[in-house]
Amino acid sequence: MIGLQYAAGKLPEHDLMVTRSSRLSEPRWVRWIVIGISLLFVVVFLAVPLALVFVKAFEKGTEAYFMAVTTPDALAAIKLTLLTAAIAVPLNVVFGISAAWLIAKFNFPGKNVLTTLIDLPFTVSPVISGMLFVLLFGLQGVFGRWLDEHNVKIIFAVPGIVLSTIFVTFPFVARELIPIMQLSGTEEEEAAVVLGASGWKTFFKVTLPNIKWGLMYGIIVCNARAMGEFGAVSVVSGHIRGATNTIPLQAEILYNEYHITAAFSVASLLTFLAVVTLIIKKVAEIKIRRQASTTNSQSFTGTL
Amino acid sequence: MSIAVRHLTKKFNGFTAVDDVSFNVETGELIAILGPSGSGKSTLLRIIAGLEIPNTGEIHLTGIETTLSSPQERNVGFVFQHYALFKHMTLYENIAFALKVRKVSRSEITERVNELLELVQLKGLEHRYPSQISGGQRQRVAVARALAARPRVLLLDEPFGALDAKVREELRKWILQLHEQTHVTTLFVTHDQHEALEIANKIFVMNKGRIEQEGTPREIFDRPLTPFVAEFVGESNFIEAEVSEPHLVRWGPINFSVNGYPLREKMRIYFRPNDVYVSSAPEQNHVKATIAKTRFKGPLIELTLHIGEGKHVIAHVPKGVSFTSGFTEGSEVYVGITEYHSFSKS
Repeated sequence: MIGLQYAAGKLPEHDLMVTRSSRLSEPRWVRWIVIGISLLFVVVFLAVPLALVFVKAFEKGTEAYFMAVTTPDALAAIKLTLLTAAIAVPLNVVFGISAAWLIAKFNFPGKNVLTTLIDLPFTVSPVISGMLFVLLFGLQGVFGRWLDEHNVKIIFAVPGIVLSTIFVTFPFVARELIPIMQLSGTEEEEAAVVLGASGWKTFFKVTLPNIKWGLMYGIIVCNARAMGEFGAVSVVSGHIRGATNTIPLQAEILYNEYHITAAFSVASLLTFLAVVTLIIKKVAEIKIRRQASTTNSQSFTGTL
Repeated sequence: MSIAVRHLTKKFNGFTAVDDVSFNVETGELIAILGPSGSGKSTLLRIIAGLEIPNTGEIHLTGIETTLSSPQERNVGFVFQHYALFKHMTLYENIAFALKVRKVSRSEITERVNELLELVQLKGLEHRYPSQISGGQRQRVAVARALAARPRVLLLDEPFGALDAKVREELRKWILQLHEQTHVTTLFVTHDQHEALEIANKIFVMNKGRIEQEGTPREIFDRPLTPFVAEFVGESNFIEAEVSEPHLVRWGPINFSVNGYPLREKMRIYFRPNDVYVSSAPEQNHVKATIAKTRFKGPLIELTLHIGEGKHVIAHVPKGVSFTSGFTEGSEVYVGITEYHSFSKS
């Protein structure tokens, strides 16, 4: 899960950042044991499984690998995953920026409720999120009959997959931006407005440059989650091969049918995405920290 | 370039930040709005800039009503307490911002920015970022940026609040110089009376959302019209006593003559430590006192004078005078109060 990746990605880095005085240091053997335990944990639970995915995927050679990821079903799954992310991520960027803007720069009644509600998709199990949409749009659901009469299919179809993905991933951008925007305050925007800049100009010339690396970070993790989401999508998809299967669903089906190599080949695509995500995330974090240090404030990454 | 404000009121959730404020500022004046924190002075400035909308009242800039116009339309220069420079832009880009959004031609922008860099003495630093310059330099960039589009008025919100004493001192002189060069109508908010007294040609003293007194620094300092002004501007001794005889308040051995108050009226009397005349030899109308405490205050010595049962007066005397007159703790002196201000307590 994404959440675990954060925790693991963060801890060693913070250890490196802190240069402790020798007086505060533990005895050498304690340090080695602690380092040893964390290292062992990282290797056993993260590095080895990650490597195994690729080992398994290429077990029968590169040809079998490419065969597996280019079957019509696999290609359809890849296409659907990309489509879902292409819709969900931009929408959540727009939503995330507006919500963060609203929460960070204005005071209004119900602000705390909104802040809490944004976290809802994090706290609700994805399976339940999926079931919510079935309740709403399923045949027995609230809008089910009306949709059926008008021949609109949401559940067991692409719209349902997109909707549940949007729901599950919508906190990522907003959560990342709120602390950054709160920290930078409103003075620069006010200065821009007094200097004659319109609302849009103020946003693009002043607000956006100040949040761009935080936004980048939010988009990356939002995208990773959108492509990798399993639970919610699994409930609403109906697992129709070549039509409503995303990459994670396709991998599961292949696995359940004992096509181990094929399953891992498809899974390796997501794993590759995860590694790329981590690298971009790292770069964004460094940039955010650099920006933060020029404004003389503490690092504000790692709020998730 | 004048400012006229009429019956301005601004409330925040039932709290009245600005309460029926009216004033006029003539073209080219340099005005200080002086008051303690929470007196509404910053809110007043923000209303003039268009960053807040007043509940009632009117604002006229250069004779045109701007009460409800957007900040963009008003063309005022605003300098924020914490500079609010655009962090991701160089000093050049910061100063050019107002011209760029007005679609001024490139060559004109270059010319104007260079002129301003010259004016704020930051030539050569134009390609630095705000994080690479000192606090005092940042404030100067903020002023240059505010002046770029030739604003109708320049508003400064606690412009030196975040700087250390030495830099403040320099910037005060610099602002005065700048005002002499540009003659732009300027309004600045401060809680520092020294700043207001030194720079402004007129001071508005604000308290609880109202202007208590407006006048030249001299008038404000020498003739406070309300107890608040007497207390807030400059240091003051403060006593409370009754009118015991016609036109006379007795406080221990000291008599203060007051006019126009009935007998038994409770009075507050203020006098400044530097208006307390201290001598080692007896003089006419002076009363005897003992020096209870001396305190070193740089060029001045602060004397705490014991005048009678529980009655103390603070006096400031120049260090040299204190030394030649032999003012030490415990010595006997004679005290006269040369100037004071009396107000009815009610």
